[in-house]
Amino acid sequence: MQSQSTYNYTVVRQFAIMTVVWGIVGMLVGVLIAAQLIWPELNLAPWLSYGRLRPLHTNAVIFAFGGSALFATSYYVVQRTCHARLFGGVLPAVTFWGWQLVILLAAVTLPLGMTSGKEYAELEWPIDLLITVVWVSYAIVFFGTVFKRKTPHIYVANWFFGAFILTVAVLHLVNSAAIPVSLTKSYSAYAGVQDAMVQWWYGHNAVGFFLTAGFLGMMYYFIPKQAGRPVYSYRLSVVHFWALVFTYMWAGPHHLHYTALPDWAQSIGMIFSLVLLAPSWGGMINGIMTLSGAWHKLRTDPILKFLVVSLSFYGMSTFEGPMMSIKTVNALSHYTDWTVGHVHSGALGWVGMVSVGSLYYLIPRLFGRTEMHSMKLVTLHFWVATIGIVLYIAAMWIAGVMQGLMWRAVNPDGTLTYAFVESVKATYPYYMVRLLGGTLYFSGMLIMAYNVFKTVAGQKPAEAVIPAVSGAHA
Amino acid sequence: MDINLVRSIMTAVMFAVFMGIVLWAWSSRRKSDFEEAARLPLDDDLAEQEMARNNGSKGRAQ
Repeated sequence: MQSQSTYNYTVVRQFAIMTVVWGIVGMLVGVLIAAQLIWPELNLAPWLSYGRLRPLHTNAVIFAFGGSALFATSYYVVQRTCHARLFGGVLPAVTFWGWQLVILLAAVTLPLGMTSGKEYAELEWPIDLLITVVWVSYAIVFFGTVFKRKTPHIYVANWFFGAFILTVAVLHLVNSAAIPVSLTKSYSAYAGVQDAMVQWWYGHNAVGFFLTAGFLGMMYYFIPKQAGRPVYSYRLSVVHFWALVFTYMWAGPHHLHYTALPDWAQSIGMIFSLVLLAPSWGGMINGIMTLSGAWHKLRTDPILKFLVVSLSFYGMSTFEGPMMSIKTVNALSHYTDWTVGHVHSGALGWVGMVSVGSLYYLIPRLFGRTEMHSMKLVTLHFWVATIGIVLYIAAMWIAGVMQGLMWRAVNPDGTLTYAFVESVKATYPYYMVRLLGGTLYFSGMLIMAYNVFKTVAGQKPAEAVIPAVSGAHA
Repeated sequence: MDINLVRSIMTAVMFAVFMGIVLWAWSSRRKSDFEEAARLPLDDDLAEQEMARNNGSKGRAQ
């Protein structure tokens, strides 16, 4: 049986391990900048100051942690559901080492203050070019594998991964268009309100396709797998996919309410954001209902707990998001810590939990085991992380609404009731609670790292043989 | 033709396409295909176990 070909697990293993490593790095920076907001003395040097570390935090958790998780799971899922080895020879390895190089360059340039100033797209143009090379390779590997599949259908998870890869390519190319003036400085190709609109068309679709579509791909594979049941409604998953694709592109203007952006564009952004509630909740219900008839598994299986709670947070934040996009609500919430709470409910709750749950399924199988070293530690991680998120987002909700109310309060004579600094002072207790919540979530990642180390240590990398043609029909 | 008219028509066409997809997904003809597709992640393991069994029995026979 030597002649049988195997799946490419090497690149999946590499990305899976680096997901844990970058998760710890990115969240540690998050904890540090949360502390800096309470104790400004912690801004020890220019390269350790909040303004430079904040983009380092967002880039590390979104693109290093989230990106590695997406590479690992998409490469695994596309192979397993297409019964085909990854396409492209050395290209999968190029994506791994290329992506790690991008992350290292980000970790050097951002603290040095080199930035194009675009949120979630701060990296300067030479790194942008490298990202383009890696991303095109990723697309060739992924779609090449789908193309040479041995199964009759393209499983729905691959549709979500495919949309994520394609859209991020377009977003990156358009928003990163810039005029370089030196090796480390460039200026956007757009100006004024167009620049703002392009930036938030990019920004919101980064949320919609990088942080949603890709992770929905994970959800549609790992929840059925861990529950041992097919997805609740395949029809709903197809409609869910197309509804998201048709709607997300239009939601960006809600980041620019009450700005120089034309009013009609703001209203369109708001309406499409409201419409988004339907596909988002359709997907969430589809995922959760997959467990129907197997609810008891939720009591004993911590991996399912991670996956299902991630969907609950997905449901919460995709309800909160459309609500915050309503102009009158946005008038209260915008520029406050409510936004920060909303983002972290999605990032820690949805993206983080679904990634961690998928990795707990994946990592033992990549090293020839059926289970993590300690399922008790997985349960502990689950509770530490969940309590951390709840503390984090509850603190930011209260802080945000309080800030919004203080900023808009006026005296009978029309003067402002509060100086800005008074709202900062009132926020301190909530910043403390947020720091506690973030630290808990971070310590969950340390528990995971220990558990992963014990699972992997001394194990030989596993190889899996590709089933013979049409094995699925047997 | 006014560019805004083209844009309006495009929006209407997109909406029609989406409704078409919904109808297509809910048509009864898609049912068996979708059921087969939905089993892809699960049957994957069955195929592998079966192969391991076959290989195992061959190994013993020789």
